[in-house]
Amino acid sequence: MTTLEDTQELVGRGNREGAALFRDWFTDLDATAKSGGLSAYVFVMGSINEILKTFDLPVVFPEINSLQTAVRRVAHEYLEEAEDYGYSPDICGYVKADVGTQLRGGEHPMAQIPKPGITVLTNACNTYIKWAEIWERMYEIPMFTIDIPGTREAGTQTWKGDSDFEGDRKYVEVQLRELITLCEEVTGKDFDIDKFREVLGHANTMSRSWNRVLELNEAKPSLFNALTDGTIYLGVANGLRGTEVGARYFERLVEEMEYKAANGIGQTIEEKYRLLFVGVPCYPIFRRFNELFTDWGGTFVNSTYLWFASGGTNRGFEYELADPLASFAEGVLVNVRDAMDSMFHQDVVLKDMAKDFDVDGIVYHPIKSCRTVSTGLADGRKHMTDALGIPSLFMESDMMDRRVVSEAQMKNRVDAFFEGLASRRQQALADPKVR
Amino acid sequence: MSYAAGVDVGSTQTKAIIIDENRVIVGRSLLDTGANVIKAAESSYFAALKQGGIDEEEVEYIIGTGYGRYRVTFGNSQVTEISCHGRGAVHLFPETRTVVDMGGQDTKAISVNAKGEITDFCMNDKCAAGTGRFLGAAAAALDIPIDDLGPVSLQSTKPIKISTTCTVFAESEVLAWIGKGKKIEDILWGVHKSIASRSAGLMRRVGINDEITFTGGVTRNVGMVKALEERIEKPLNISDDCHYMGALGAALFALDNVKAGRTPVASTAEVTS
Repeated sequence: MTTLEDTQELVGRGNREGAALFRDWFTDLDATAKSGGLSAYVFVMGSINEILKTFDLPVVFPEINSLQTAVRRVAHEYLEEAEDYGYSPDICGYVKADVGTQLRGGEHPMAQIPKPGITVLTNACNTYIKWAEIWERMYEIPMFTIDIPGTREAGTQTWKGDSDFEGDRKYVEVQLRELITLCEEVTGKDFDIDKFREVLGHANTMSRSWNRVLELNEAKPSLFNALTDGTIYLGVANGLRGTEVGARYFERLVEEMEYKAANGIGQTIEEKYRLLFVGVPCYPIFRRFNELFTDWGGTFVNSTYLWFASGGTNRGFEYELADPLASFAEGVLVNVRDAMDSMFHQDVVLKDMAKDFDVDGIVYHPIKSCRTVSTGLADGRKHMTDALGIPSLFMESDMMDRRVVSEAQMKNRVDAFFEGLASRRQQALADPKVR
Repeated sequence: MSYAAGVDVGSTQTKAIIIDENRVIVGRSLLDTGANVIKAAESSYFAALKQGGIDEEEVEYIIGTGYGRYRVTFGNSQVTEISCHGRGAVHLFPETRTVVDMGGQDTKAISVNAKGEITDFCMNDKCAAGTGRFLGAAAAALDIPIDDLGPVSLQSTKPIKISTTCTVFAESEVLAWIGKGKKIEDILWGVHKSIASRSAGLMRRVGINDEITFTGGVTRNVGMVKALEERIEKPLNISDDCHYMGALGAALFALDNVKAGRTPVASTAEVTS
């Protein structure tokens, strides 16, 4: 039986606990920095968290640090410091906010950020490589780049059992073994395969749970906002990947979402239009950006961000603990390849999302900071509109730089988009053949 | 007789249109927006009433549109100028399926259905490249009236190629060509072609259909009309009312509300621009 107490305890718990865990994570980083401890600098797409956590290395995600400066409305200070130092206004805002943080000796609104003892990255994003080279030179630390074979051509991904896939997997595994050796040198610890298994087990729980959470959001009304609530979940998915606390958090998040689904409890607004979000959020006006849509009853039910920024959880890939390193290599290959596909072959998944989540519109948000993720969105949008006939909105701003965020212009576009959706709905009421 | 009104507060000019219940335009006005947007909206509206000889009480519904739509404080609701230009264009030219609106600070390409409803749209982002403001900068650099830009440009015999579409850099590039001894008409035709090229790019993103209507203040510029037609290799629908298209569309939406018997509600919407 459902009680008021249940509702009060469960609804919104994921947001409350997620925010608390996120703060705790930064508190721990602060303690590491103040004690002179070192950390591993990693990236959201292909963090290799599982190996680093096995060595008890605190992980720092400079992308998350940077976006937090934007959410807390101080990004411009960091960007300007990096530009004064010589970085071009045209390059990635995440990079520049991080450079600003490093130039300040790790001073950040969330915590004192520890210095890196190692940086580990993949080729998921071309900027990662040049970015990590900055730390390599700044701190004279080892930089370990893992080359992940990407999808050769849309729709040609190979999977376990295919000889090409096995070749790619072995190529990744060899590199991971080299990384383990490097981590042993950096930390002075031996690699503990049993601890690694334990970390993978927690990561499995997180991936399985995250997949379930996403699936549950197909409910009508949707249970959580993919843009705002979803970003809180992503913080835990990345920062606490492979931890017992992270696994427990996601199990409890599933419990909350199942409760909401069973009781028809949706988001805090009446859901009139279900939307998909493509791209990276507009962090300089994060809440306001979402309100531009919720003011019209528009809710984001899923996003590509929950896919490529979910720290390798989105496919629900689970490691085989009997053969942990081989299986981890497979997971890294599948997840990083998938993150790259989110940029270059996103249409396949978007079509499924649009159908499964029964969306009324798709919002494309290219960002000035990142041509890699934004290039092709205009063509992708046209393709999706032609293929599905679902209305879409194309609106460029940035995830970091408020100098290229024009709220008045954005509102104009959003309002026009909803005016179109409203007239389409009226037509559909008059003629059911028009959706 | 009952009337409906649309007030389009644009970045450069404010337009007001009043229509009767047969959708006939009975009053209109056009004023520079200036710094006081609320006053511009009021002045334009009252000027349209006066021009049509209509009492304020006879107007049953008013819709504000344009960037200053929430500043039409006496209006009953707001509709974006994107929807309004589409609606107005199909009203004047019923076969219209693509609308290109060139205003003071943005250019919009809009695809519409037979009812004038938006099916897609695309705009310039965050900068005024390729808009009416670009023409204004060129006119200032050459020290000629804006209304002369089009006719002078059509006298060109050896057009030069303008490489920038940046409104700020336009002036220096124009001055550089003058310094090289180029004729004003050749420079101006280059300016028009440059804007046409950028606008055509926007139009391609929503699809260039058979019947295209050109709207906004720049429609008065014959050079721009010719440059755009040459670029897309199709004729454009143009009329004197195209300058007022946003206000006309707003008035048509307002009349819908009158006919539907919707009660006007005073605007208390949040001001964001």
